[in-house]
Parts: sequence; C-alpha cells; structure tokens
Amino acid sequence: MRSFWSITLATLAKDIRLEWRSKDALNAMLFFSLLVVVIFVFSFDPLAEESRHIVGGLVWVAFLFAAVVALNQTWARELRNQVLDAYRVSPAPANALFLAKSVGNFLLVCLLEALMAPLFLIFYNLRVLGPAWQLIPVALLGTWALVVNGTFFAAMSIRTRSRELMLPLLLFPVSIPAVLGMVAGTTSILTGENPAHFYIVLLLTYDVVFTTACLALFQTVLQAE
Amino acid sequence: MKKAFPILAVLTFILLAYAFYQAMWVAPTDALQGDVYRIIYYHVPSAWTAFLLFFINFIASVQYLASATPSGERAAKWIVIVIGIIGAVAPFIPQVRQQLPAGLYPSSVATTVLAIPVFYFLIGKYFPGQNLDVLAVTTAEVGVVFCTIVLITGPIWARPVWGIWWAPGDIRLTSTLVLWLIYVSYLVLRRFSDSAQTQKLAAVLAVFGALDVPLVYFSIWFFRTQHPQPVIGGGGSMDPRMLNVLLINWMAFLCFAFLICWSRFALEKMRREVEEAEALESLAEGGELAAQPSSAKIPLSRGTR
Repeated sequence: MRSFWSITLATLAKDIRLEWRSKDALNAMLFFSLLVVVIFVFSFDPLAEESRHIVGGLVWVAFLFAAVVALNQTWARELRNQVLDAYRVSPAPANALFLAKSVGNFLLVCLLEALMAPLFLIFYNLRVLGPAWQLIPVALLGTWALVVNGTFFAAMSIRTRSRELMLPLLLFPVSIPAVLGMVAGTTSILTGENPAHFYIVLLLTYDVVFTTACLALFQTVLQAE
Repeated sequence: MKKAFPILAVLTFILLAYAFYQAMWVAPTDALQGDVYRIIYYHVPSAWTAFLLFFINFIASVQYLASATPSGERAAKWIVIVIGIIGAVAPFIPQVRQQLPAGLYPSSVATTVLAIPVFYFLIGKYFPGQNLDVLAVTTAEVGVVFCTIVLITGPIWARPVWGIWWAPGDIRLTSTLVLWLIYVSYLVLRRFSDSAQTQKLAAVLAVFGALDVPLVYFSIWFFRTQHPQPVIGGGGSMDPRMLNVLLINWMAFLCFAFLICWSRFALEKMRREVEEAEALESLAEGGELAAQPSSAKIPLSRGTR
C-alpha cells in the first residue's frame, strides 16, 4: 500500500506528462483567452484611466472561461478505457486523486495566467498604481478557489447528461464570492485607491472553507451510485 | 391526504383573501412612501418563506448525505447538538454579544441557531430514507418560486422609492440573487442527471450552496446596504398595525407554501413509485427471458452513464 502523497504525486506526474505531450488543454486555453482579450479590446477601447477600473473584471472573466476549458478535460480524460471506474475500485484514497487533479489544474491555469497577464498589460496600456506584489497572492488564491471547486464540480458534471454544459452552470453560482474577491482585489490594486487586504482574507477564507468541503465530500461524489 | 387537502386548500384560500384585504385596505398608508410600500406584504413574506424552504432543503440534504453511513449519521447528530447548544448560549455571553451587528438581539440569534437541531431532528423523524430526498426536491422547487417573487417584487418597489431598479453591491440583494442562482443550478443538475446518482450529487451541491451564502454576505458586508433593516429581530421599527398585517400575510403565504409543498411531495413520491414499478416490471420481463436458454443480459445495475 503506497502512501497518500506518493499516490497524489504519481497521479499528478501522469497528468502533467500527458498534458506536456499533447498540450491539448493549454493550447485551447491560451488561444481562447487570447480571443477574449482581443474581443474585449475591440468592444471597449478604453482610456488608460478607465481601463484600470475595468481590466480586473475582464482579466478574471477571461481566465474563468479559459479555466472551464481545462477543467472539463480533467475527468473526461479518465473516461476513456474506464480509468475512472478503475480508480473507484482501487484502494487508493479518493482525496489523493482529487488533490492531484486540483494541483494539476492549478499549475495549468497559473501557467496560462503568467503567459496572458503581459498581454493584458500591453493591450490596455496598464500601469499598476497600487502595491503590485499583492497581485500575486490575489492571483494564487483566486486561481485555487476557481480550480478546487472547478475540479470538484467537473467530477459532478461528468455524471450528468450534457457534461460540458453542466460545469459552468454548477461552478459559476458557487464561485461568485471568489470572483467578487478577485475582481475587486485586482481593481483596488490596479487603481491603488483602497487596500486589498480585505479581499485577500476573503479569498483565503473561501479557499479554506471550500477545500475542506471538497475533501470531505469528494469520496461521496466519486462513489455516488 | 384526500380529505385534509381540500379542506386546507379552502382554508388557505380564505386566509390569502383575508390577508389581501388587510394589506390593501386595512393597513395604514406609509407616511413617506405612500401606497407603493404595500408591496412589502408580498415581498417580505415571500422572502421569509423562501429562506425557510431553502433552510429545510439544506437540512434535508445534510441528513441525506449523513444517513449514507451509520458513523456519518452519528457524527452529524452530535455536531448538530453541539451547534444547537453553542448557538443557544453564545449570543448571551457579553464578549460575543458585542460582536453582533447593532440592532440584532441575542435572543433572536439564539432562536435562529436553535432552529438547526430542531429542524434536523423533526425532519429526520418524519422524513426517513428516500423521503429526505423527495423533501429536498420539493422545498428547492417551491423555494425557487418564492425567491423569484422576491426578486421581482423588490425592483418594482425600489424603482419609485430608491429611483433605481437594482442596487449592485447591496448585501441583501446580492445574497438573495446568489441564493436564487445556486438553487436554479441545483434544479438544473437534478434535471440533467441520471436518476441513480442525482440525489447524492444534488445533496452535495446544496451543502456547497449553503456554505456559499454566508461568504457572499461576508464579502459585501462592509458595503453600505440600501435595503431597509429587518423588521423582526432587528432594529427596525414598524407601526404595530402594519406588523400585524405583515404577520397575517406571512401566515397566509406559509399555508400556501405548505399546500404546494404537500402536493408536490405527493406527486414526486408517486412519480418515483411509478418509476420503481416500471423498473421492476422490466426486470421481471428480463428475468423471464433469462430463464430461457438464449438469455439476453439483464442490466442488474444501472450504468455509470
């Protein structure tokens, strides 16, 4: 019997290797969020001052939609050759699988954000007025909030009839506080008008609450029959 | 049910008519807002009813999840008892009392928290097994209807009084909207999922939704709220004649909601019985086939998809 963490690491390594070889999800996400950026630039064409106020919303909407692309693939990949059924009968702890999947998605979405953030800066001529380093905790905590619930709800939506359609319908309502925290936090850092500490605490609370809930209930969702 | 239902239906109708008469003609006109304020007799009772139904849905979902294993059931029972004890005592401790928002009485907080164990054990007693899930569907559906009424009547009132239809960033408005969105997604999940696992997945989603609402509330708590203060248990003051009419309306709405829930509950039970009978029938047919030498495979368990 292998330990919890070695199973987590093995699954994570497998997912990363698969993604590294195919680059399916990453390419789709990158191109998708690039399209969103371009469409937003055409439709708003803001001045530098205005763009500071709206770009927080745009950037997170783009990442949210792009993340759904990756999240949908998480479990769909395991349906081929009944891998998911094999997981269910194996003695490996369900949470090891869930953590591996969440961390894999987290790394993927973080990579996307790191690649796309400069594009936003260029297209919108942004200059950060607040403490820029605070964007990092907001981004990390916000991404984890999206990804941990997203991975969980993707495992739920895979059991429904129209899988790809279900995920955003389940994920977006529950993610509203997190999205609110990310958008308001990013905006307040970009404009430098108010401190972002409150939003970082909010995101941290959200992450702790929902990570606990996901870990407590994932077994039920995986074995639901 | 056959006898009691029409009697209750007639009583509810009479009560609704009386409440309408009270709201439209008996209640005094508001000094500041004029007659437009009368919409609160529909807005506020709908909101209370919707929140009550969502609360029942949450309790039923938790109990449904907990009842899957004996250890889970025991743990949930003790957690609920501890919550009840802490909730009943804590608001009266001076240190905690200071933390309560202004205008919120400790006794109303304690009563609200005590509702958790009371409802938990009542629901567990009267809705055993699969009935918990039937109750969850029923309350979610009826709750969404009442919540929709709240979200429609609110802007109708806000337009003449505030001058705007909707106040973005307002605590109550946003958290009610999010609650509505979550329960709509709950119903969508139920609609799109296959019958064998829907119940557990829906119960899990209900728990997530219940965790979400306090966070929404917390996330915007420091924004100034435009919404009037709560009438009961809060600092708001209301003409006793108005309060009286409001409570009559709430009684009428509760009876109405109970009536709909009752019929919806019976309908859902019947639907499941029919489904079960059909499944048994097809299984029996399959069994006859299986007895023959060239047997087709009987689907003993439903597939994962």
